[in-house]
Amino acid sequence: MDTTFAQRRRRDLILALILAVLAAIVPFFVKDVNVQNIMVLTLMWAALSQSWNILSGYCGQISLGHALYFGLGAYTTTLLFTKFGVLPWFGMLGGGVISALIALGLGYPTFRLRGHYFVIATIVIAEIGLLLFHNWDWAGAALGIDVPVRGDSWAKFQFTRSKLPYYYFALVFCCVAWLVTWYLENSKWGFWWRAVKDNPDAAESLGVVVFNSKMGAAAISAFMTAIGGAFYAQYVSYIDPDSVMTFQFSLLMALPAVLGGIGTLWGPVLGAVILIPLTELTRNYLGGSGRGVDLILYGAVIVLISLARPEGLIGLFSRKPASKGVPQ
Amino acid sequence: MTAATIIQSLASGLLMGLLYGLIAVGLALIFGLMDVTNFAHGEFLMLAMYGAFFLFAFFAVDPLLAAPLVAAGMFVFGAAIYLLIVRFAMRAKANIGMVQIFTTFGLAILMRGLAQFFFTPDYRSIPTSWLGGKTVSLGGIFLPVPQLVGALISVAAFGALFFFIKKTDFGRALEATREDAGAVALVGIDKNKVFALGWGLGSALVGLAGAVMASFFYIYPDVGASFALIAYVTVALGGFGSVFGAFAGGIIVGLVEASTALILPPSLKSVGIYAVYLLVVFIRPRGLFGSI
Repeated sequence: MDTTFAQRRRRDLILALILAVLAAIVPFFVKDVNVQNIMVLTLMWAALSQSWNILSGYCGQISLGHALYFGLGAYTTTLLFTKFGVLPWFGMLGGGVISALIALGLGYPTFRLRGHYFVIATIVIAEIGLLLFHNWDWAGAALGIDVPVRGDSWAKFQFTRSKLPYYYFALVFCCVAWLVTWYLENSKWGFWWRAVKDNPDAAESLGVVVFNSKMGAAAISAFMTAIGGAFYAQYVSYIDPDSVMTFQFSLLMALPAVLGGIGTLWGPVLGAVILIPLTELTRNYLGGSGRGVDLILYGAVIVLISLARPEGLIGLFSRKPASKGVPQ
Repeated sequence: MTAATIIQSLASGLLMGLLYGLIAVGLALIFGLMDVTNFAHGEFLMLAMYGAFFLFAFFAVDPLLAAPLVAAGMFVFGAAIYLLIVRFAMRAKANIGMVQIFTTFGLAILMRGLAQFFFTPDYRSIPTSWLGGKTVSLGGIFLPVPQLVGALISVAAFGALFFFIKKTDFGRALEATREDAGAVALVGIDKNKVFALGWGLGSALVGLAGAVMASFFYIYPDVGASFALIAYVTVALGGFGSVFGAFAGGIIVGLVEASTALILPPSLKSVGIYAVYLLVVFIRPRGLFGSI
């Protein structure tokens, strides 16, 4: 059993390396800016969904409020840069640390809640954050903040002439998120999380420190989500509360993992690769009419995948259902 | 801020709260029956509002008269959604919780898209109705008639629902299925039929709410979203699985919203609702009257 598990992990790592190299080469052949934009967004959402998957997929604490951490990352970076001239790289880390701390602070009372009570708590906490940013004048309130253009440079993480630097950052972000998950899967925490997800009471009785392991998952997940938010702010160079902190973003983070395969290593990546191009293309080609054709298609796809592949699309690739010792 | 202003806003809050309860109770009923949260509940409300609007626009039916028709239509719609979609989501063997969340969430997006396609994104309203624009004065407190009548309908609907659950055969079957669906199947009750009727009843209740609200709210494809979150909070505050909890939760949410609007800027009025929800579940993790 151990050998097959070790083999599978090595195989995953090799596959990831091959895919990363391929993804790094793709821009040499794809010059279309719109396609590049879709590729950047796909990588970003894959990484965000990977981060969400740590708390909600592996540890089983379904959060539909991750927009809060995404927004905090975006706002911390942008406010530090526009108000104090702090470089986005520091803002990105700062946003990550702030989000992780807030996740720990919120986790303290909310992790006592179970099931739908927990899910709704995550939604309303994010909504409170959204409403506060809407009314916070110093942070631009509802009008939002423009990130001023100070010329293309890696130091300021701004590129107006090409999307490629963003693409490569998103690729690295996606790889790091994947590697973190890959590492955690086989760590003490990874095993604790699955025990907590399957049966918190049994886990507790076997000596798993349930509360601490939930807190750990929340902090890691929030930190990585905030990095994504900071990146997004730099990428679109304009943020307002509605464009970074609405419920929509929380759902968008969950969707790729859910459709790809929740609590699996490849689920978020697979889900994002299918879902994000579909979203963007339907919006570009069908959304312009304002008649909701893009929504109809998107909604129908979600319903169909949920019904046809409840374990996620990753189920299409597994040769046998749920190999021993490796929770799916 | 005088005492009169405070009483005035609390009275309006109470009326709105009774409506929130009526919007939420269908959600509570369905959840209590089968542990499914319908994430398209807001879109059901939207559909019911359009139903009342089109009955008015094409046949000049007043929303008050349309309410029973819309409720009946929504009953059929809800039962059909269960039989055609939700039933299959319940069969999932893996992560059933996420499957039902995202199936109904996909349905919500689909319904919003269809509404945009067929009804256009324009804001509609019912400009003239029997009750619209009228107010009554009760001891110096002015109450808008549509909300007042809506609140009375809500109280009546809750009364009928309590009677129905406690006293009729179907109500007992509903309760029994909720307690133990397997045992119910053994005594010859078709679980799917009970679930379909539960979805029908829950949808009829939100249909009633939608028809009442159509006379004083704008009607547009996204209208459900803002009410849906309030409905989830209402149900959770009252406690999942409790119909009475939805009634009490609605009143609390309405009163808290009105009081928050007195203290904070109007744009922050929902913060009060959310804060009260968090406070309640931090103290009582099962909501006020919840059993699960």
